[in-house]
Amino acid sequence: MFRSFGWPEFLVLLDGLQWTAAISVVTFAGGGALGLLILLLRVAPSRPVRWLAVGYIQAIQGTPLLGHLFLIFFGLPLLGYPISRWSAVSLAMSIYASAFLAEIWRGAVQAVPSGQWEAGAALGLTRLKQFRLVILPQALTIAIPPTVGFMVQIVKNTSLASIIGFAELSRRAQLVNGTTFEPFLVYGVTAVLYFCLCFPLTKWSRALERRRALAR
Amino acid sequence: MDYTFRFTPVLSRIDQLLDGLVVTLWISAVVIVLGFLVGLGGALASRSRSAALRRAVLCYVEAIRNTPFLAQLFFLYFGLPALGLKLDAVPAALIALVINLGAYSTEIVRAGIDAVPRGQYDAGMALGLSRAQIMRLIVLKPALRIVFPALASQFTLLMLATSILSQIGVEELFHMAGIVDSVTYRSFEVYAVTCGFYLASALAFRLLFALIYRLAFAERLGVEKPDGGPKAPGVAPTTAVQH
Repeated sequence: MFRSFGWPEFLVLLDGLQWTAAISVVTFAGGGALGLLILLLRVAPSRPVRWLAVGYIQAIQGTPLLGHLFLIFFGLPLLGYPISRWSAVSLAMSIYASAFLAEIWRGAVQAVPSGQWEAGAALGLTRLKQFRLVILPQALTIAIPPTVGFMVQIVKNTSLASIIGFAELSRRAQLVNGTTFEPFLVYGVTAVLYFCLCFPLTKWSRALERRRALAR
Repeated sequence: MDYTFRFTPVLSRIDQLLDGLVVTLWISAVVIVLGFLVGLGGALASRSRSAALRRAVLCYVEAIRNTPFLAQLFFLYFGLPALGLKLDAVPAALIALVINLGAYSTEIVRAGIDAVPRGQYDAGMALGLSRAQIMRLIVLKPALRIVFPALASQFTLLMLATSILSQIGVEELFHMAGIVDSVTYRSFEVYAVTCGFYLASALAFRLLFALIYRLAFAERLGVEKPDGGPKAPGVAPTTAVQH
């Protein structure tokens, strides 16, 4: 006989939600670090370097995350690099996030007037120092609201980890549904749990955006 | 690394992948048209005078935008039959995608409507136009023009998101890739080729949307405004809403 959906089943989902949050945090850290590197290449003085960054961003944004995930999880082991689910998910999602974050941040960097670069150069700062000391602090205030907004996308994208069998929230939902066979309730509760994680981020992003608009 | 790439087994089954690509493209086309219409309606409703209607649209948009598409799809395909509403995979997929894209489009088109300067409404009122006429004759076209790049990015993301339909057995490109993988055991090659198809489709979408933009919004020759207006998609930096 089927078990019914009760407190223990809810706790299984809640445990999955923790893994969803964990993947999100790792993705944001990894994607952020890689994204910053891509951003630096994207605004580099050398044209071929910029093109390299553009090519990377276009290739990642033009292919589905599911494709990256499968290529890494099922493809890499065949090439002689066995990879765990956790690493595959972290790697694929970080790569995916880096392309989008680099592009969001490029918009912010380019919103800072180019005279600021020149002013930095006039002070004798190196290109990297101009970026770090002059451009970055100004770009940051512009970049933060859409970056928080993108965190919502990261959280939602973690659901794809379930497809390669990583036991985060969506995968737990499938497992719980397999024992209770109450799909309406199980998937409904799952959606609500995602909402509880995402909606505060959405609210936060919007509040930051409003504060910035007021400051202008 | 002593792996030799062998694309031949994959290329010999390329027709299966192409069959999947055709499904991906027609599903995307149908969903983009319907989802855009839902978004247009949603945006107009969110600026209507009825508070209840505005509230309903807000709930719809927030519910969809703050939950993963996979969860929405599973809820619709596996959850609703428990209430007696049994859907086949393809109709369920189409409904889920239209609902999803409709919410994102609502938000984008609404932002466009809000971006049209206030003076345009006042001018319309001064001409004695009704609210509906102001919206239809004055506001809508510039609004859509402003957000067209963001809409185009959203549509491309939608096309890529159809890969998730493989999880309920819709025979689109990613599902077919899984089938080819299971007979060739050439996972890397299969998914590399598959990603190539998606990339080509995404680039084709970009060209198509640039063309649509020119046809729908570009000023006619000779009456070109000196200040231009928003640039064609791909050129204008957008903070599009990612999937």
